[in-house]
Amino acid sequence: MAIRVSLLLLVFLSSAVVSFSLYEDQVGLMDWHQRYIGKVKHAVFHTQKAGRKRVIVSTEENVVASLDLRHGEIFWRHVLGTNDAIDGVDIALGKYVITLSSQGSTLRAWNLPDGQMVWETSLHSAQSSKSLLSVPINLKVDKDYPILVFGGGYLHAVSAIDGEVLWKKDFTAEGFEVQRVLQPPESSIIYVLGFLHSSEAVVYQIDSKTGEVVAQKSMVFPGGFSGAISSVSSDKVVVLDSTRSILVTIGFLDGDINFQKTPISDLVENSGNAEILSPLLSNMLAVKVNKRTIFVRVGGEGKLEVVDSLSDETAMSDSLPVADDQVAFASAHHEGSKIQLMVKLVDDLDTVLLRESIEMDQHRGHVDKVFINNYIKTDRSNGFRALIVMEDHSLLLLQQGAIVWSREEGLASVTDVTTAELPVEKDGVSVAKVEHTLVDWLKGHMLKLKGSLLLASPEDVAAIQEMRMKSSGRSKLTRDHNGFRKLFIALTRAGKLFALHTGDGRIVWSMLLNSPTKSEACERPSGINLYQWQVPHHHAMDENPSVLVVGRCGSDSSAPGVLSFVDVYTGKEISSSDIGHSVVRVMPLPFTDSTEQRLHLIADTEGHIHLYPKTSEALSIFQREFQNVYWYTVEGDDGIIRGQGMKSSCAGETADEYCFTTKELWTVVFPSESEKIISTLTRKPNEVVHTQAKVSTDQDLLYKYVSRNLLFVATVSPKGAGEIGSVTPEESALVVYLIDTITGRILHRLSHQGCQGPVHAVFSENWVVYHYFNLRAHKHEVTVVEIYDQSRAENKNVWKLVLGKHNLTAPISSYSRPEMFTKSQSYFFAQSVKTIAVTSTAKGITSKQLLIGTIGDQILALDKRFVDPRRTLNPSQAEKEEGIIPLTDSLPIIPQSYITHSLKVEGLRGIVTAPAKLESTTHVFAYGVDLFYTRLAPSKTYDSLTDDFSYALLLITIVALVAAIYITWVVSEKKELSEKWR
Amino acid sequence: MYLGRTVKVFGSRESELLVDDDEFGLEGAKPQSTQQQTPTTRKRYSDPDSDSKVQFTLEHGFGDSHFSPAGTFSARLKSWSHGGKTLTKLRFSRNGFSDEEKDTFKNLLTGDDFYRIRVPSSVISPPGKEFVVASVRAASLSLPFLRCLPRDGLDEHFVIHMEGANILAASYGSLGACQYPRQFKLPAKWSFNSHTILKCSEQAPRTPIFTEEILGGENADGEVEPPPERSFWAKYWMYLIPLGLVVMNAVTQATNMAEEQTGGQAGGSQVQQSARRR
Repeated sequence: MAIRVSLLLLVFLSSAVVSFSLYEDQVGLMDWHQRYIGKVKHAVFHTQKAGRKRVIVSTEENVVASLDLRHGEIFWRHVLGTNDAIDGVDIALGKYVITLSSQGSTLRAWNLPDGQMVWETSLHSAQSSKSLLSVPINLKVDKDYPILVFGGGYLHAVSAIDGEVLWKKDFTAEGFEVQRVLQPPESSIIYVLGFLHSSEAVVYQIDSKTGEVVAQKSMVFPGGFSGAISSVSSDKVVVLDSTRSILVTIGFLDGDINFQKTPISDLVENSGNAEILSPLLSNMLAVKVNKRTIFVRVGGEGKLEVVDSLSDETAMSDSLPVADDQVAFASAHHEGSKIQLMVKLVDDLDTVLLRESIEMDQHRGHVDKVFINNYIKTDRSNGFRALIVMEDHSLLLLQQGAIVWSREEGLASVTDVTTAELPVEKDGVSVAKVEHTLVDWLKGHMLKLKGSLLLASPEDVAAIQEMRMKSSGRSKLTRDHNGFRKLFIALTRAGKLFALHTGDGRIVWSMLLNSPTKSEACERPSGINLYQWQVPHHHAMDENPSVLVVGRCGSDSSAPGVLSFVDVYTGKEISSSDIGHSVVRVMPLPFTDSTEQRLHLIADTEGHIHLYPKTSEALSIFQREFQNVYWYTVEGDDGIIRGQGMKSSCAGETADEYCFTTKELWTVVFPSESEKIISTLTRKPNEVVHTQAKVSTDQDLLYKYVSRNLLFVATVSPKGAGEIGSVTPEESALVVYLIDTITGRILHRLSHQGCQGPVHAVFSENWVVYHYFNLRAHKHEVTVVEIYDQSRAENKNVWKLVLGKHNLTAPISSYSRPEMFTKSQSYFFAQSVKTIAVTSTAKGITSKQLLIGTIGDQILALDKRFVDPRRTLNPSQAEKEEGIIPLTDSLPIIPQSYITHSLKVEGLRGIVTAPAKLESTTHVFAYGVDLFYTRLAPSKTYDSLTDDFSYALLLITIVALVAAIYITWVVSEKKELSEKWR
Repeated sequence: MYLGRTVKVFGSRESELLVDDDEFGLEGAKPQSTQQQTPTTRKRYSDPDSDSKVQFTLEHGFGDSHFSPAGTFSARLKSWSHGGKTLTKLRFSRNGFSDEEKDTFKNLLTGDDFYRIRVPSSVISPPGKEFVVASVRAASLSLPFLRCLPRDGLDEHFVIHMEGANILAASYGSLGACQYPRQFKLPAKWSFNSHTILKCSEQAPRTPIFTEEILGGENADGEVEPPPERSFWAKYWMYLIPLGLVVMNAVTQATNMAEEQTGGQAGGSQVQQSARRR
């Protein structure tokens, strides 16, 4: 072990790899980190008898968090795994947060003040079913407080104190689905109501001490139930029948079941299908019918009557007990640009306890969820605070008619990111003020000088730090010389666009996508992808760049698409259109029209290709290149990759001249019994390759095979498509391909026996690096494949180049037979990986780093030289000089090269890199539940001085030198004179 | 046939198979026309080593037209004891173009449209499954220029990627480079020179595992081996050159001094005197 460590050290030292670590005081200078939780699903307030008022939330990003009610900050937060969705959250014993997750199979308790896990219990589950968490308030069994959990066909009673399973009841045999667990006060009997095959209502009376069934009653309902249920009181529930037109009140008082049917048409005229809304209101239920929300009161004998109706865009909270045995609930809806928040008593809907109207940004959409909490004001009256979740997933706390705080939780679900430039600084409208006078400037530099000479006092150090944080207008809204200031445009799952400033991560603008027609089917399209639509270079001063957002009305891939064009500087939607066809794939073409709008092709489900923008100029540009446009589709389920070429214009009455048909040119068919596609990848279309050749140590020249039309495909044996370790090494094989997408030629094919996915890959220039699991070695591996062109290998002779007898300038056709060879090498890698990216710089000169998003949600920067296929065990002197590192069997993980230093990008999903104008520097943006940004210089900032550079020291040195020169000159003059007089 | 009789072997598991002249179907000869009726015919011989002969049809299409049979591949299917199957000894016999096909092909050339071929994706299972399609711009098939083709026939080159008894992909094209913009020239001879290569997947090299013994042996001395001794000049040239310059300078100065001593005595004292007078 010691030898290995020392060898690693040796490798590290001998290769003299520059470490990219930061000093402590450099954290936050050019990186920022934002913590989010995601769209809130459940919220539980904890305000009584608590010094710090907080709200416990669980979200759709599988986060359980405790938020400060005063400021909205996160007290603590836990991100559960991607497959560990939270089903319920509650507070038990006043000190534990209980979460039920993974379809009712995992129950955890977290300490309320600090979020430490207190206990975790894995519950037995036999089948997947809906799950239910119930924390009875006043149920006590022998000094223990049971929590009742239904999930996977079992009902468990779990001790709240230590998580021990007190008893469990097996319902798997009957197929019984528990809908409600009700516990009458002051009774040790709990009522468990559920449905059997959704047509028979069953009530079990279970002794809460032992779990034994005391009594069981069942009754068949001939019509059958639909799933939704609303419990209105301790002995009554209301369900919808399977036709969704009859409300059935089920009473089960004293173990007797009775049904009472009320057709909805009795309550409302011309009713369509009804839907029971989720809020729990006492003696009342909310039903959505005919696009209205009606409130139905349940009378003592199960009689139903409509008491109120509201528009269906109203969000409602659960009922909340307020003083004097009264129960209140909150409702919120939009009125113009304002939100109307009302809190009413359930028993008496005319009594409005609170009515507030709050100005709301229209880019937040309508209210999605409301949670309310009450407090006692100083004048003994009830005050209410409401936590609302908006359509864009943002979370706001409303209190006393104002927004106390808001959190942009939409940013926890970023789906696509692109970059945009900031406006050019114009003379007239300059935002740039002279921030420092000369004196300030000098003072600052004197401070820095002191710091660098280790003379600074602690106050000075603090001042330096503060100055650095605010320095050099890094959050200005104009373009800078080095290209350090940029906008990251992020599209979220809610269909909202955010522009984030690279300087400090603030939101410059945000915009919720709107459907142009506002039709009923498509009110709010969901965004799929972002493309750079227009990037003006010629008219950069007076034209704004814009991005194209491709959206879809609905989750189905055949749903009609929506295009939206958004101005990057202002965040305003320039135009948007329903395109009338579906969107399967969007292909940006390498052509722009005279206004520098990029041509895009959109493929629909019928195999037609549509050209955008729909202008005659774009059409003429496209017609010129018509013959040379190819595309491909990957049919992952069938294991087929098809290549297509353009054929002709669409025929048919609905077609316009911008629609084209395609013909199939090639297919690659993977045998379904032995291979399954798990990953495909192409190069980034805008990547810049600086040099086509690579000089090896023996003065030999290797030409990179740089083609934009290469597709990397990874397949595994169908058996091995599951989790790691689910198969034996003999059963699983991983095969990787490099396929030319014009001709369908397989350029490279390599099979790894005994290996398994998931495959994470990165493709850049002429190399692919991919990460997978080796079952034989029980380790993760990283393999690099580099492709070199042999057809130009004879262009090495200088005289040929001088005399022009080379084929370097000849156009390259994909139809030529490729003469290429590959070099590859595999290395062990100690960590599993979530995503891999590669740095990209403006000219592609700077050496590259792999950015590996590890399983610990951190980002590791690994020099590309470590994954060089030319590494050998004992590199010669010349090879060492070239920078070839001696071969090792595993890639080093150097703790200092984590670019996220001590931070975690929770739930990391993707890493985006974008070049700055300065060649040495690249922007890195990582997104997941959290956002993280930093600037990287893979080969250090060789082309600029660092921010820490002490100009004062330089100035002083120059002055001192000049003075010294002058003094010595005077002295020498004098001496010479005196010599001459001698 | 040029190139025709050489058999190249690429690696251990690839073999290029060249077809004998008589099976080539040159000059419009149409061999075994009966076998073209069924897209895939299979003959099994109950050999003890479980080798069997398979045949499958190559079909071609001009532009967007339907596919029609164009030739037959025949190969031996070897079944291994561990259950795997491999295809060996692939032979191909091409049917010549009929006059009608020649006309269509000429149209294809003028339009620079695609000439498409397809083979069944599985050589043993009955047809009806997916076909592996490949296509090429017709003009690049009959390229009579430079290195591409010194001959004036139609030159075709198949690379068939196999996985067991399945065909993954077929690459199709001419042998040499294909120039762009594509030139239009009709072939002088309507005969195909066919070359086929069968490719199986390469095994990835095992990741090197360095045992600690090797490392221990290497690092036993605890020292990196000293770099080879360089010559005296290579080591100290940066000192030698300035030294040489200094020496040369000194030498020239010495000679100059000697000259001054002999000739310039008077002038020197004059200057001194004038300086004192100031």
